[in-house]
Amino acid sequence: MANRVIVSLPATAKRGEIIEIRTLAGHTMETGFRRTQTGELVPRDIVTNFVCRYNGEEVFRAELHPAIAANPLISFSTVATESGTLEFRWTGDNNFSATHAATITVV
Amino acid sequence: MTTRRQILLLACGALATGAQAQLTPNIAALRRAALDEAVRKVLAGAQARPGRVKLDLPPLIENGNSVPLSVSVQSPMTADDHVRAIHVFTEKNPQPNVIAAYFGPRAGRAALTTRARIADTGTVIAIAQLSDGSFWSDSVQVVVTLSACLEDGLI
Repeated sequence: MANRVIVSLPATAKRGEIIEIRTLAGHTMETGFRRTQTGELVPRDIVTNFVCRYNGEEVFRAELHPAIAANPLISFSTVATESGTLEFRWTGDNNFSATHAATITVV
Repeated sequence: MTTRRQILLLACGALATGAQAQLTPNIAALRRAALDEAVRKVLAGAQARPGRVKLDLPPLIENGNSVPLSVSVQSPMTADDHVRAIHVFTEKNPQPNVIAAYFGPRAGRAALTTRARIADTGTVIAIAQLSDGSFWSDSVQVVVTLSACLEDGLI
């Protein structure tokens, strides 16, 4: 995967436990409001959507705007219901797309 | 006859208007209107009450390009009573929206942390939509010393 992302979450959790997930995607998040030295606008290039699915079911979704800093960090939580995979997907301008999958064991 | 005192007063007046022209009232008013419009779109006719939402970000921001921002909402997060969405807005950015996050009962906790760009000293607002249709909000006044998007002379 060309687009670098970092996701941190516990590898194991107790059933019903609330786990915290921290995600970081490598992206410049060009706002579209900056100008070059010759006065031309630099076109907007940002990550616009982020989705987290837990065993296929969506548990968290976010819409990002140019006011999110470069290398967008999103931290949220979910309830550990069953063992399985968490799938993360970032999409954005210029067909930007990054995915990451993490497995979790629930005991 | 023009006295020295009058000339001094005139000069002071000219300086004062020069300082105001840095941020034309037009841009400030436009951004205020854009913020009101964005908030209205989220509320869709409802009223946001203060409380239950906690917006946490440093009151003094040295670098507006990356500001740690977290929002949490008091909610049991059950199927009947949970937070549906959290919206964050800023007053002085070229675009008021910062982030919109959507939750369900499976989130466990209605909390979100991210890093934002904040253009200038002003208000940051968080609005939470609950599953019963009510809206709650919190706002924080921040002071920005080095603002985001200033290097291009935008403001």
